[in-house]
Amino acid sequence: MEGVERVFERMVREHQHRVYAVGFALTGNRHDAEEVAQDTFLRAYRALSTYPAERIRDLKQSPWLHRIAVNVVRNRARGAKPRTAELNGSEPDDAPGPETRTLQRAEMDDLACRLAGLPPRYREAVVLRHVHEMSYAEVAEALEQPVGTVKSNVHRGLQLLRGEDHDRVVD
Amino acid sequence: MTALLTDLKRLGSMKAPDGFAERVLIEVGLADSYAVFETVLGEVYVAWNRFGVSAAARCASAAEFEGMFKREVGRPLTPAPAPADLAAKIEDELSGKRRMRFDLRGLTEFEQAVLRKTYEIPRGEVRPYGWVAREIRRPAAVRAVGTALANNPIPYFIPCHRVVRTDGEIGNYGGGGPEAKKAILTMEGVRVNRLQELARGGVRYQGVKTTRIYCYPTCHAAQRALEKNVVWLHDEKSARAAGYRPCKVCRPAA
Repeated sequence: MEGVERVFERMVREHQHRVYAVGFALTGNRHDAEEVAQDTFLRAYRALSTYPAERIRDLKQSPWLHRIAVNVVRNRARGAKPRTAELNGSEPDDAPGPETRTLQRAEMDDLACRLAGLPPRYREAVVLRHVHEMSYAEVAEALEQPVGTVKSNVHRGLQLLRGEDHDRVVD
Repeated sequence: MTALLTDLKRLGSMKAPDGFAERVLIEVGLADSYAVFETVLGEVYVAWNRFGVSAAARCASAAEFEGMFKREVGRPLTPAPAPADLAAKIEDELSGKRRMRFDLRGLTEFEQAVLRKTYEIPRGEVRPYGWVAREIRRPAAVRAVGTALANNPIPYFIPCHRVVRTDGEIGNYGGGGPEAKKAILTMEGVRVNRLQELARGGVRYQGVKTTRIYCYPTCHAAQRALEKNVVWLHDEKSARAAGYRPCKVCRPAA
């Protein structure tokens, strides 16, 4: 049985981008995304250290990590209102490339910003279902909600994102 | 409608910034950082993590140190600016003040015990391998002590050079061979040649007539004795027979 250290190291390398992307979609900016992703892995490590070997072996890493990420974002929101995107363009560009990339980048920031403006329950459902492309069953597991609830939250979230919010937000 | 879903999907292909995984691993102590420091011993490469200093070596290049670390410790290692107080801690540690924390994870309990005991030997003094073995309550494991010290990942700071053979040979040294061991001991104020002469003559202890106490020759408590009161003793039995008792500071006998 390999040590929890090795398991964790592989987990970080394998899931870092997805966890970061989900953090970005949930918080709406790159700075918070990195903090969320880092917190997520720190908690994951603390939890893993207390798990028996077979639980670690049978762990479905992806939904587990995303459940932690969602909780990290929820806890942060409890303390302070989530900041929306810092769109001052001064963040270091980690994907250097032609100008089309810059445009894409701005669009991504814009979309993440709009996502961050959604009420949390719609945001979480939309991000996991459509950004992370989990199945409804997986989203339900990660959010610990019934599948039906997830479906309706995703639907409502997409409506809001498309600006179809003339009917009052029931919240 | 599909445009939105495509955009959302694209959001999922975001990449974490460069070095993110390393930063996470460093944060939990599963990856180490290193830098090179100018010291009284010349350039020393030092690796550290959140638990403390994890390795040290005098290497010709960063690549050599990285290779050694990979073989002996195995965790990911990246160069980094040193924490603000590390240079001062290194200097203090090498001048005999103890401030450093060490990360000895990955070593066996026995190895850790050997290194912790060795860390107690004051600057300017030496002890035999058998002393370390006896002090950690494994009196028969003298050879194993030698092996553990040869594999000391943090030489200079955990002073394995202060553990010597009783027959006057200086003994092996992982931190640069017997010559380096001698040079470091000399720098610390040990009169190595005199010590070797005594040992070759079969002398292991220094007794003081007025106090009737015997010590290891380098024990700082023994240095205060006047020359005229000093007697040289060959072994524990004859020392006791002559009415001497072992020093409570350097503990030459159980």
